[in-house]
Amino acid sequence: MATVTMTVNGKQVSGDIDPRTLLVQFLRDNLRLTGTHVGCDTSQCGACVIHMNGKAVKSCTLLALSCEGADVVTIEGLANGQNLHPMQEAFRENHGLQCGFCTPGMIMTAVDLVNRKGGDLDETTIREELEGNICRCTGYHNIVKSVAAGAREMTKA
Amino acid sequence: MSATGIGAPVRRKEDFRFITGAGHYTDDINRAGQAHAYFLRSPHAHATIKSIDTSAAAKMPGVVAVYTGADIEADKVGGLICGWMIHSKDGSPMNAGAHPALANGKVRYVGDHVAVVIADSISQAKDAVEAIVVDYGLLPAVTDLKAATSGKAQQIHDVAKNNVVYDWHLGDKAATDAAFKNAKHITTIELANNRLVPNPMEPRAAVGEYDKGTDSLTLYTTSQNPHVVRLVMSAFLGLAPEHKLRVIAPDVGGGFGSKIFIYAEETVCIWAARKVNRPVKWTCDRTEAFLCDAHGRDHVTKAEMAVNEAGKVIGVRVATKANLGAYLSTFSSSVPTYLYAPLLSGQYDIPAIYCEVEGVYTTTAPVDAYRGAGRPEATFVIERLMEVTARQLGQDPAAFRRKNFVRKFPHQTPVIMCYDAGDYNASLTKAMEMADVKGLAKRKRESAKKGLLRGLGYSAYIEACGIAPSQAVGSLGAGVGLWESAEVRVNPVGTVEVLTGSHSHGQGHETTFAQLVSDRLGIPIDNVSIVHGDTDKVQFGMGTYGSRSGAVGMSAIVKALDKVEAKAKKVAAYVLEASADDITFENGHFSVKGTDKKIDFGSIALQAYIAHKFSGQELEPGLKEGAFYDPTNFTFPAGVHICEIEIDPETGIARVDRWTAVDDFGNVINPMIVEGQVHGGIGQGVGQALCEGAVYDKSGQLVTASFMDYQMPRADDLPSFDVGMTVTPCPSNPLGIKGCGEAGAIAAPPAVINAITDALGHEDVVMPATPSEVWRAARKMRANKMAAE
Repeated sequence: MATVTMTVNGKQVSGDIDPRTLLVQFLRDNLRLTGTHVGCDTSQCGACVIHMNGKAVKSCTLLALSCEGADVVTIEGLANGQNLHPMQEAFRENHGLQCGFCTPGMIMTAVDLVNRKGGDLDETTIREELEGNICRCTGYHNIVKSVAAGAREMTKA
Repeated sequence: MSATGIGAPVRRKEDFRFITGAGHYTDDINRAGQAHAYFLRSPHAHATIKSIDTSAAAKMPGVVAVYTGADIEADKVGGLICGWMIHSKDGSPMNAGAHPALANGKVRYVGDHVAVVIADSISQAKDAVEAIVVDYGLLPAVTDLKAATSGKAQQIHDVAKNNVVYDWHLGDKAATDAAFKNAKHITTIELANNRLVPNPMEPRAAVGEYDKGTDSLTLYTTSQNPHVVRLVMSAFLGLAPEHKLRVIAPDVGGGFGSKIFIYAEETVCIWAARKVNRPVKWTCDRTEAFLCDAHGRDHVTKAEMAVNEAGKVIGVRVATKANLGAYLSTFSSSVPTYLYAPLLSGQYDIPAIYCEVEGVYTTTAPVDAYRGAGRPEATFVIERLMEVTARQLGQDPAAFRRKNFVRKFPHQTPVIMCYDAGDYNASLTKAMEMADVKGLAKRKRESAKKGLLRGLGYSAYIEACGIAPSQAVGSLGAGVGLWESAEVRVNPVGTVEVLTGSHSHGQGHETTFAQLVSDRLGIPIDNVSIVHGDTDKVQFGMGTYGSRSGAVGMSAIVKALDKVEAKAKKVAAYVLEASADDITFENGHFSVKGTDKKIDFGSIALQAYIAHKFSGQELEPGLKEGAFYDPTNFTFPAGVHICEIEIDPETGIARVDRWTAVDDFGNVINPMIVEGQVHGGIGQGVGQALCEGAVYDKSGQLVTASFMDYQMPRADDLPSFDVGMTVTPCPSNPLGIKGCGEAGAIAAPPAVINAITDALGHEDVVMPATPSEVWRAARKMRANKMAAE
């Protein structure tokens, strides 16, 4: 066993873990933050996307021990209490989700996209940037709409 | 229309928990003291198990137990069942081989379940699985559908000679043969409907729990129909009587059919929980899902169409080989038979149809229902036939379809179905306008300037949904009735809980069902909650698949609401001191005809429970009613999808440029959700046509067992969709609903292939039309052109 300490959603957390524990396992099993999902075992689907030190990463691809001292934000840390993040609100308003399983990863990826590329995103850019997130329910139509709307809202002066 | 009533695009009530990470999927559930299960799966497609040595594994750290097929047999746990009996042409019942949850003496596909380790942690279980020693006696794999029945292939089940499960047919052979004799033109095509992996984003999972004090079991599972799981586990597997077995399907992350079935892993979890007297949890990883979730489609078909001098289709003749995999899954036998051949009339008035289907065992994963289930396969056959025939006759494909449309309803087809309502012409006209078919020639020229080929493909699909009238499906071999149940519980304060046997795993029932109740009772939508997915709460139900939740599940709610209203009127009569016959109910208020006496629904609910205003002997206190609704017919959603595609002949990349869908789903409860269902269906259908395909090599290894190798459609593989609707209300249920869940997946594949073949000018394109396939086809086009010149 080994000890890891990091900041998750603004709180310092630590755990004694099997060294092979992945970050997503640490979040889900140790911290019971089950909003971050596991949809594959090859880092393809993006259901596990979280933010680490301000960047979107796939938490199934990182050993938890390699995240010592990191600042992690998960879907649970995105809203401010009952006040949803604009990207969350956009997904609800535009019916950007159906079964909800890919949704946390989609939203975390979308927020990162806006952080990197700003709020004025065309459809092609959004579709290309969502390459690493698979949804089986929506055909992406309403996800693309949601991301565009959320991006505008996030960057509104 | 109120802001939250029927027809309003109400934002979903369930979304808050999903967008905040507060959903409760099965893998999110952890029970105190739980152990973890991991399966040893066969690395071979076909082998006898000569011996299994689990002694080393049993001694590994953290291991609680190791079980094999011998253990599950010793406990007399029944095998997994197929719930639909199909009879062959000669009247003999299908040849169903045994399907033990853990293999007994033989494995029949890569991934077949050989043993299970239960350990304190999942890592320990995985480590211990590595230490199990199995001595296999290898047998030849059987992966090719045609070779499987040749008589030369290794037999997979003793009961199925030449690996034939059944040799079934439907329709009038003599009448169809006569139509072909009299035909002016005959079109013959051969096609393969590619094998797909459903891949809901949430992998399957299960937590089995045993309560020693009450000798009862609880199973949390990723199911589309928890009551059916309980029924099968109780009545057929003998794991516990129904009143001692609770099945909970909490938030479920997509199903698409693959979560209808009763699988080995869930069975083992609940069986083992009692044996080890600890909760046992199993979560599928994606590779296991590829190997062991029931796959979809996988047909090889020869299809012919006979046309008379007037250009009317007079006969269709189809011969299909359907791959059923290594074992019969829960409903697999029905998919290529009764969910397939009865749809071969499409939207057309065809007097004679004959279809033969051979169901075949192979050493591959079981094949069962996947979004559309049989109907996409039928639609692919009929819509390719229509397109190719029109082209061979030199006719416009839209005009040829129009000429052959069913125009009068009800319309009895020669293959069981009686279409109750529709206006196929209206959908085609609207779709052609929306798609700007008139502008195609100009767009083709613009593409040509860039060295690209552009094509347009139609798909005029029909499906049979609202599954299904119980007596009718019983006469066709179904082991269960396909009604639905509902219970409406009105609380004393006037809030309402609806318990439904339908199950929502992305469809948004918590919103649409609440819209119905809010609309009917005139109460705020926030005062309604929908309860589903727990056999201890909902007495019984048949679950969600086959686009049945609106047409059947909501009809059951309507029936229960009728009873609630009738009872509430009696209460109102006492409260308002009037005759029950004079009470009317509108906009949430009971009134006495011809007076200004009026009282709201919530007040009557309270009076029903206080029971001071009436004698409890004359009228029972309380306000709670249940109903079972059995449909009178299937429903027949239909529509036209038009795909426009642009192909780069140098790279073979086919890009869907425009997509138009015009669907007739009857009356619509929530257009936002319905459009979302259409989008998702199209996404899966385009996936089938352009990129998805499960491939086994000759040794029976699944070479597409991850998202690296099996191409799921991504956001940049699809365009935005232009979705419109026409409406002919369904006359067969009280809300006039037809169902929308599968339409896109049914409609899309032929639209794509018809567009590609239009662009290329020849018909030789197979699914999935990947860049290499399209590049090959483009080269053939060039060769054809050069030969012609």
